[in-house]
Amino acid sequence: MSEQSAPLPVVPHLKGAGTDDPYLEGHKCSDCGSIFLGVRENCSNCGARGKMEAIRLSNKGKLYSYSIVHRSFPGIEVPYVSAIVDLDGGGTVKGNLINVEPKPESIPFDMPVDVVFDDALGRKDGDGNSYISYFFQPAA
Amino acid sequence: MSDVYIMGVDMIKFGRFPEKTVPQLGAQAALMALDDAGLKIQDMEALYCGNLGQASGMVGQRVLQEIGQTGIAVVNVANACATGATAFREAWMSVKAGVYDVVLAVGVEQMGKGLLGGAGGKTGIPKEGLLGSGTMPSVFAEAGMEHTRNHGTTFEQFAKVSVKNHHHSTLNPKAMYQIETPLETVMNAEMISYPNTKLMCSVNVDGSAAAVLVSEKKAKELGMSRAVKVRASVLTSDPYTDRDLVMPDVNAVTRKAAAQAYEMAGVGPEDVNLVELHDCFATAEILHYENLGLCADGEAGRMIDEDEVALGGRVPVNVSGGLLSKGHPLGATGIANIYEVSTHLRGEADKRQVEGARIGLTHVIGLGSACGIHILEKVA
Repeated sequence: MSEQSAPLPVVPHLKGAGTDDPYLEGHKCSDCGSIFLGVRENCSNCGARGKMEAIRLSNKGKLYSYSIVHRSFPGIEVPYVSAIVDLDGGGTVKGNLINVEPKPESIPFDMPVDVVFDDALGRKDGDGNSYISYFFQPAA
Repeated sequence: MSDVYIMGVDMIKFGRFPEKTVPQLGAQAALMALDDAGLKIQDMEALYCGNLGQASGMVGQRVLQEIGQTGIAVVNVANACATGATAFREAWMSVKAGVYDVVLAVGVEQMGKGLLGGAGGKTGIPKEGLLGSGTMPSVFAEAGMEHTRNHGTTFEQFAKVSVKNHHHSTLNPKAMYQIETPLETVMNAEMISYPNTKLMCSVNVDGSAAAVLVSEKKAKELGMSRAVKVRASVLTSDPYTDRDLVMPDVNAVTRKAAAQAYEMAGVGPEDVNLVELHDCFATAEILHYENLGLCADGEAGRMIDEDEVALGGRVPVNVSGGLLSKGHPLGATGIANIYEVSTHLRGEADKRQVEGARIGLTHVIGLGSACGIHILEKVA
């Protein structure tokens, strides 16, 4: 097995893993403006074919909704905050909201958040590769 | 086109039956529905069978191997938690279209215990607890918190749904549980995904339910005294909304189905006397009061506070005990709901009878997403 040169992205739409400029990539329909995560051929909003353009999504957004997870599958550390974030300029992303107390009173709706990138909680795949993931945290 | 009637409908008491096979469970409900209709398997012209866990396992044919291999058409249906309603609707369509006069719909499921759902694919590393949560309690918690965001709905209001449905189930001998759960018990139960505690999550159980659907011609021949008329049968998939692919939108898919169902039935929500809706989690029930038009947007919290949706209230919801306490065997749920509403329309619901019920509505959601709604009417 060769030595891993750079961490792998946790999802294909995380770009620039292993560089100092990672970001989330969306695909925008040039007909209706809908924004999707991940590569796609056609628009599920207006049905336009072949009109998808890759765009760089913002690293800033606002908390739309969340849950505080106290029970998960075996081996998953709890509690943690599962958050839905609307990114500035479009695109909605789900992820862990970190660096907040996992209590409702500490998690106001619409709180501004930054998208930050870090090691994927030490998780490695079957080949021993490490991964870089994205997280949300209260805006600096 | 012929109107379609339910002539026989029944469900087994939900529970845990590891000693039985899925086809054996399905066969039990099928025979009960046939007996209820006063018909035999030889009278059936087709079988529509809903099951999720063995979707590629020809469950419908194996049900017939248990009760009579008559060689009729069998269609096996899978549509997440809308599976049973979808099987019923396929049966309804075949009669509506005039292809058959007498058909059987069966929904059946055998479930394990524990959390359903979970984010991420099979490649790379596990995503649960890394990219948020994909468990069902979390997904529906997030849908509930959207309602909190928009209308200020409280943890206590969500919890009251569970108090109500557990209370209703004490009157239903076919429910998995018959246990009162006071508000403090619900709110202090183990937190699974805030705001859903363990008692605010539906119960994974084994179960089956079945219905015999007939044409108007056949219904008149058999006698209308216990017949239930299917006034509307609607199935929708999730229309595009901005967050749907990240945060499944159970509202838009339900509103679309509800609008179509009321139009098809020629009635409005004010005409509905009871509702069995998809309370897979306590948070979900609150959303659907508004989605089904039982109250105006933003009024759902008040509805639960003022007992309008309790037995004896303006429009009782989930008098069976709901998925929260009757239990939620995924493929059976959609037909079990139809059994419950039909039983009230027939005036046979005993202690939990909604007095004077003439029109009832059933609703299920399959995440991913599907919504099935049926509006049923008392005939005699």
